Amino acid sequence: MIAHADTIPKQRHPLIAFILRWLLTTNHKEIGTLYLCLAFLLFFIGGAMAMVVRLELFQPGLQFTQPDFYNQMVTLHGLIMVFGAVMPAFVGLANWLVPLMIGAPDMALPRLNNFSFWILPFAFILLLSSMFMEGGAPNFGWTFYAPLSTTYGPPSTDYFILGVHLMGVSSVLGAINVMVTILNMRAPGMTLFRMPLFVWTWLITAFLLIMAMPVLAGAVTMMLTDRHFGTSFFEASGGGDPVLFQHVFWFFGHPEVYIMILPGFGIASQIIPTFARKKLFGYHSMVYATVAIALLSFIVWGHHMFTSGMPLAAELFFMYATMLIAVPTGVKVFNWVATLWRGSITFETPMLFALGFVIMFTIGGFSGLMLALVPADFQYHDTFFVVAHFHYVLYPGAIFGTMAAVYYWLPKWSGRMYDERLGKIHFWTATIAVNLTFFPMHFSGLAGMPRRVVDYSIAFADFNMVSSVGAGLLGLTQILFLYIIVKALTSGEKVTDAQVWEGAEGLEWTLPSPAPLHSFHTPPEIEPDEAHAAADNV
Amino acid sequence: MTRNGRRIGAFFGQICSIVLVTFGFAQAALAQALDMREGVTEISQRVQSLHHLSLGVCIVVGIVVFGAMFYTMYSHRRSRHPTPAKFHESTPVEIIWTIIPTLILIGMAVPATITLIDIEDNSDPDLTVLVTASQWKWHYQYIEADIGFFSNLSTPQDAINNLVDKDENYILEVDNPLVIPTGQKVRFLMTSGDVIHSWWVPDFAVKQDAIPGFINEAWTRVDVPGIYRGQCTELCGMNHAYMPVVVEVLPEEEFLTWIEDQRVAAALAGEQAIADRSRTWTMEELMPIGEEVYIAQCATCHLPDGVGQGIRYPALAGSEIVNGPVEAHIERVLNGVVDTEMQAWAPQLSDRDIAAVITYERNSFGNDTGDIVQPLTVFESR
Repeated sequence: MIAHADTIPKQRHPLIAFILRWLLTTNHKEIGTLYLCLAFLLFFIGGAMAMVVRLELFQPGLQFTQPDFYNQMVTLHGLIMVFGAVMPAFVGLANWLVPLMIGAPDMALPRLNNFSFWILPFAFILLLSSMFMEGGAPNFGWTFYAPLSTTYGPPSTDYFILGVHLMGVSSVLGAINVMVTILNMRAPGMTLFRMPLFVWTWLITAFLLIMAMPVLAGAVTMMLTDRHFGTSFFEASGGGDPVLFQHVFWFFGHPEVYIMILPGFGIASQIIPTFARKKLFGYHSMVYATVAIALLSFIVWGHHMFTSGMPLAAELFFMYATMLIAVPTGVKVFNWVATLWRGSITFETPMLFALGFVIMFTIGGFSGLMLALVPADFQYHDTFFVVAHFHYVLYPGAIFGTMAAVYYWLPKWSGRMYDERLGKIHFWTATIAVNLTFFPMHFSGLAGMPRRVVDYSIAFADFNMVSSVGAGLLGLTQILFLYIIVKALTSGEKVTDAQVWEGAEGLEWTLPSPAPLHSFHTPPEIEPDEAHAAADNV
Repeated sequence: MTRNGRRIGAFFGQICSIVLVTFGFAQAALAQALDMREGVTEISQRVQSLHHLSLGVCIVVGIVVFGAMFYTMYSHRRSRHPTPAKFHESTPVEIIWTIIPTLILIGMAVPATITLIDIEDNSDPDLTVLVTASQWKWHYQYIEADIGFFSNLSTPQDAINNLVDKDENYILEVDNPLVIPTGQKVRFLMTSGDVIHSWWVPDFAVKQDAIPGFINEAWTRVDVPGIYRGQCTELCGMNHAYMPVVVEVLPEEEFLTWIEDQRVAAALAGEQAIADRSRTWTMEELMPIGEEVYIAQCATCHLPDGVGQGIRYPALAGSEIVNGPVEAHIERVLNGVVDTEMQAWAPQLSDRDIAAVITYERNSFGNDTGDIVQPLTVFESR
C-alpha cells in the first residue's frame, strides 16, 4: 500500500513540476530535445568566441584582445564547437530519430540516456568556468599539445581535463545506447539492410565513438598525472615524449572528425531522395562506403603530424592511406549526384541545405586531398589553408547537415511548419556568409599566414578583412535561424498530415504530426520487400 | 565600311586590346596573390608544381561533378521534369566510379612520393645550423664555425599597438637574421628548450617542428641571394604570432666575410664585457640601457609599466623579488623559473644589460630601492 501511495502524483508547484519533468525524463523525444537545445545554446557561445577572434583579426595589430585572451578564445571556440555543439546536436538527432526510424518504442536504455545527457551541462560549466579563474581559461588550442598544455598550462587546465572526461563519459554512454537500440530494438522485418541510412551512419558513428573516446580519456589522464603526480609521459626532461601526445591525441582526433561528419552523410542521404522523388541511387554502396571511411579513419592519424619529424616510411604510409579516403568519399558524392539525376527535384529549405552540404563539403574534401600530399602539406600545415579546409568540411557538413535535419523533421517533431520564405533567406545568406568567411582563408594560408595567430603581416590584411565581414554576417544568420524556429514553434502553420513531405520514405512519416510522446507501442508492420529480402539473404 | 566606321572599329579594337592587356596583368597579379609561393629553391618549385597538379585535378573533378549537379538541378527540377525516373543500384557504375578516382590518385601519389624522397634526403650537408626555439625567439648555432646568436622580433611594440604605422615587414623582422650562403646545402637541426615550435620559411618550402627532447632535420639549398621571411607555425603560447623567422642569403664570399665579422664581434664583445665589469657604473648610465632592454625583452609579458598580467606574468611594480634582496633578483633573472615562460636570461644578455635591467626594474614602476647593480656583481653571480 505504501508503494502504491508513492506512485500517486502529488500536487506540485508548476515550475517544480516542469523542472522535474525535464530533469527526470527518460523519453527519447524529450531527451533529444534537451540535447538539441543544449547544442544550440553552446553553438551560440562558441560562435560568440569566433566573433571575438574574427573581430581581432579584422585588421593587423592588437585592437580588442591581448594575445593570451585571444588564445583562450581560439581554444574554447574549438572545444565548444566540437564537443558542445556538433556532437550533442547529432546525439539529439539520434535520440529523436533512431527509435522512430526503426520502429522502436524508445531507446534501449532510457535511464542511461537521461544520465548521459545530464552529465553534459556540468561538463561545460566546468570548462566555461575556467574563463573566470586566476590565470585564465585553457589557452593551448583545442588540440592541447603537450608540453604547452601540461608543464606550461594555466591552473584551469585541470578543470578542462575533468570537463573532457565528463564529455567522454557522456559520449560513450550515448554511443552504447544508440548501438544497443539499433542492434536490438528494430521492428520485426526491419533487417539491417532495410534501415534508413541515417540509422546506418549513426550505428557506425557509435562504433567510432566507443573506440575513440577512451583514447582521449587516456590522453587527458596522462596529462593530469604529468601535471600533478610526477609522471613524465609527455615531459622530455623526465624521459617522456611530447610527440607521443600527438599520436595519442590524433588516434582519437581523426575518428573524431568522422564522428562529426558521418551522421551528416546520413541526413543528406535521407533528404536528397525525398526532394528528388527518386530512390537513393546506391543504398548498399553508401553503407559500404561509410564502413570503409570509418575503418580508414583509424589508420590516417599521422597526416596531422607530417612536420613532427616522422620517418619517410611513415610519411608515405599515412599519405597513401589518407589519399585512399577520397575513394569511398567520392563514391558517396557520386551517389548523391546519381540520385538527383533525372529525378523530379524541388528546392524546399531542407533540400537547399542538403545540396549546400554536398557541394561545399566536396570543396572541403578537395582541399583535404591536397593536404594529404606530404610535400605540399609542408607548405599548408598549420596555416589558414588548414583552417579553411576543416571549416569547409565542418560548417557545411556538420552544421548545414544539422540545420537541414531540423528543417526536415521539425514539422514531424512539433506539428508545425517553419516559414519557407525565411528558411530560403536563411540558406542563401548562410551560404554567402560561409563562403565569404572561409574561402579567403585558402588564399591567406597559401600566402603564408600561420593559424592561431593574434596578429599578422599586412600582406594578409585584405583576405582577413573579407573573412571577418563574412563571419559577422554568418553570426547574424544564426539569429535568423533562432527566430525561424521560435516562430515555427509558436505560430507556425499546423501540420496535419502524417506524410509531411510527399516523397519522404520511412517509418517516422507513418506517425501523426506532431509525433506522440510515446510511439510504436506495438511494432509497426513492415511490408516484405522482394528486392531487399533477396539482398539480405546474400 | 565607312571611314568613320573604320575609325570607330579601330578605336574599339584599341580599347579591347587595352582591356585584354590589363586583364592579363590583373590575372597574373591575381594569380600571384592567390597562389602558393613559388619560392627560391628547386624543392619549393617542385612543391608548387605538385600543388598545381592536385589543385588542377580538384578543379577538373569539381567541374565534372558540380557541372552534373547543376545540370540536373536545372533540367530535372519538377517544373521541367515532372515524372522522376525509377533507376537505382548499378554495380558496374559503382565499380567505374571507384576505379577512376583510384587511378587519378595513383597519378598524384607518384610525383608526391618522388618529391618527398628528395626532401627527406638530409645527407651530405655543406653547412649545419642548430636551430633552438624558445618562447618566443630562435637561437642559431653554426656548428662548424662555432658562432651562435639569438634572433628576436624587432618590430616596435608601438606598431603592434597601432600607435605608429606598420610597414611591409611588420612582425616579420628580427634583430639578427639567420645568414646562409647561396648554392650550399644547409642542414638545419631543430630542437626546442620549452614547448613545441615550428620553423617555417615558405620560400624554401621548409617547415619542421622544433620539439623539446628531439632533434629534427631539414635542409635547403638557395641559389638566389635575398632576405626571406617566415614565422613560427605551431601554437607556442602568448606571443606565437610574434616569432618571425628571417633568413638572409648571401653570395658565398660575402657569407665568409660575415662569418669572420661575427668572430671579430664576439671577440670584441668579450673585451667589452671585461671593460664593462672593471669599472663602476652610475644610475644615470644604467637606467636608459635598462629601459631599452626591458622594453625589448621583458615588456611583452610584464607590460611596459610593470603591472604584469595575472598570476602567470606577475607584476614587477611592488613585487617582493624586485624590492627584496638584490641577490635573489639577480638569481631570478639569470636562471628564470623552470617550466614557465620566465626563461633563463644568463645565456641571452650581457652582464651589462642584466645589471642595467635589474637596476631599471628596482627603480621604476613605483619601486624605489635606490639599488645600483654593477656588471661585475652579475658576472660573479653567473
